[in-house]
Amino acid sequence: MAFLEIDGLRKRFGQVEILKGIDLDLEKGGFLVLVGPSGCGKSTLLNTIAGLETITSGEIRVDGRAINDLHPSKRDIAMVFQSYALYPNMTVAGNISFGMEMRGVPADERQKAIDKVAKVLQIGHLLQRKPSQLSGGQRQRVAMGRALVRDPKLFLFDEPLSNLDAKLRVDMRIEIKRLHATTGTTIVYVTHDQIEAMTLATKIAVMRDGEVQQFGTPAEIYNNPANVFVADFMGSPAMNLIPATIGGNGGDLAVVLDREARQPITLPMANAPAGLSAFKGKPVIFGVRPEALTDPEGAERNASQIATADCHIEVVEPAGSDTFAVTNLGGKGVVARLRADANIQPGTNTPLAFNLTKAVFFDPATESRIR
Amino acid sequence: MSAVTTPARQASGGVNVKIVNRIVIYGLLALFALFYLMPLFVMLVTSFKTMDEIQNGNMLSLPKAPTFEPWLKAWGETCVGLTCAGIKGYFWNSIKMVVPAVLISTMLGALNGYVLTKWRFRGATLVFGLMLFACFIPFQSVLLPMATILGSLGRFGVTLQNTVGTSFGLGNSTVNLVFVHVVYGIGFTTLFFRNYYEAFPTELVKAAQVDGASFFQIFRRIMLPNSMPIFVVTVIYQFTNIWNDFLFASAYAGTGDAMPMTVALNNVVNTSTGVVEYNVNMAAAMIAALPTLLVYVLAGRYFVRGLMAGAVKG
Repeated sequence: MAFLEIDGLRKRFGQVEILKGIDLDLEKGGFLVLVGPSGCGKSTLLNTIAGLETITSGEIRVDGRAINDLHPSKRDIAMVFQSYALYPNMTVAGNISFGMEMRGVPADERQKAIDKVAKVLQIGHLLQRKPSQLSGGQRQRVAMGRALVRDPKLFLFDEPLSNLDAKLRVDMRIEIKRLHATTGTTIVYVTHDQIEAMTLATKIAVMRDGEVQQFGTPAEIYNNPANVFVADFMGSPAMNLIPATIGGNGGDLAVVLDREARQPITLPMANAPAGLSAFKGKPVIFGVRPEALTDPEGAERNASQIATADCHIEVVEPAGSDTFAVTNLGGKGVVARLRADANIQPGTNTPLAFNLTKAVFFDPATESRIR
Repeated sequence: MSAVTTPARQASGGVNVKIVNRIVIYGLLALFALFYLMPLFVMLVTSFKTMDEIQNGNMLSLPKAPTFEPWLKAWGETCVGLTCAGIKGYFWNSIKMVVPAVLISTMLGALNGYVLTKWRFRGATLVFGLMLFACFIPFQSVLLPMATILGSLGRFGVTLQNTVGTSFGLGNSTVNLVFVHVVYGIGFTTLFFRNYYEAFPTELVKAAQVDGASFFQIFRRIMLPNSMPIFVVTVIYQFTNIWNDFLFASAYAGTGDAMPMTVALNNVVNTSTGVVEYNVNMAAAMIAALPTLLVYVLAGRYFVRGLMAGAVKG
């Protein structure tokens, strides 16, 4: 039995259904990230777990106990808010201990708990300050301290890093990951940043329009996207989704990619997914991540299927660690990820290696994966 | 270099225009300020003059022999109607009426604002809209209905007195005035606090809920301590209005022991016997105006700040 279980959760505001039957579960000590574009219902879902929003139907269980009808304070949860939501009239120590004070914890116990958390988060020197005297990163720490001090069953994070600048965000991300590793807490985390999702999660739920599009480990989500939306949303730069047709002779299948004013590229497929033969002669969406489309020398050595084709390079973007090259296939700009020192010039034709073991196919009509 | 000098030369012509503009603007402002301050000046100098000097001298001239006599007389000896014990009793009457009325109406307004923004219920906007109507009702139109209600409350008070032994203040003129001013003030105080709390981060309330704070704990520990600017604005507004009110005061406590300052002042000035003691009248009027002045001086800094905050965020 999972530690956090959500069954058939629905939430309706008037006629509008915000959450359309969510089923999720998370093991104890797991890190679940809810990710999706704004308006997908991920924050609403988090608020229903917290008890700040009521649910229309379904059930939420923590450690086997249904909590969906309990007051937020009775659910044994702690929450870190996007705006940190520190009480401006209280000191840092007052903020951290407010929850314990409301629960009637004696003063000396509160002080002990504050000291312990202050040590973990290294905010001991800030305890007597007001929130307005703190920097963004310090406020973030205090907000986490307020959650940690209660030692609850479940931590909820609502886009906690979105108000920080880029560098601090990376630092705090690592800090949260370290905190999770050392304290072994169970966390549900909302973000719209797919990198945060990939780096932090043990389980990811990709959401859109109130539905979970795919639920799985970061590797599953990244390598085996269930549909075009997930493939497009996760990964940076995004997966190349190229309109293509399936060709080939007899039992052998091949991917045919159109090119402007030139012969189409034909990439033979050896171990095509079983469902693909039904699409012979029909259009599909051919998905290949930028790192699976490289210069032949940089291609993965142990990949079983690599097809090489000459491509016309339109733009070259050196990014320091890698060089990205943009070519045009199937009427779309396609990004290839090359070694940083790859010798490549815009406006020339260069052979690119397609790692077809990593390629995925989608039905253009339903946008779901062809397996 | 020419690119630098050209704008400077153009500006030198503009500087003259600017100075003239400034003179006109500040001159006009000074003139209006003078016009506005003149009555206050006349009141102040007159209140420190003797009657002889008033009758023979210039109204605008400074007192030749300043004396506190008129102030002392106004405070302790002057006749209000038929009793000649000064206005001090009525001053305390006003304090006794204003302080509870201001505090109760402000707290209720804060509570209303809190509920209307952070605990929204179906029809909250409609309720708020209806409460706003209270701000537009002319005082005069509620005089008679309110008199009827106060009369009924008074009779109920008598019944209570006879059965339970105490009237709980029902029928008492001061209590009546507090009641009227609270009822009439709720519309305004709710408006102030609702607009302030509308911009108040809701996440703070949610965080407090998760922390286990109850409805009133959130109000007392989170909302109120962070409402200082709007609290001061509301208190100043309510204090000024209620202290200066003459209509309700004269209608519901126009005679008798509970008469507030404004009505007493009117009776001092309208005394028809003997010489009109302008210096005493002026001193009494100054005493009547002092509390509101004091409130502005002490809290005026917040008043401007609070109004601005409401204007930008609300």
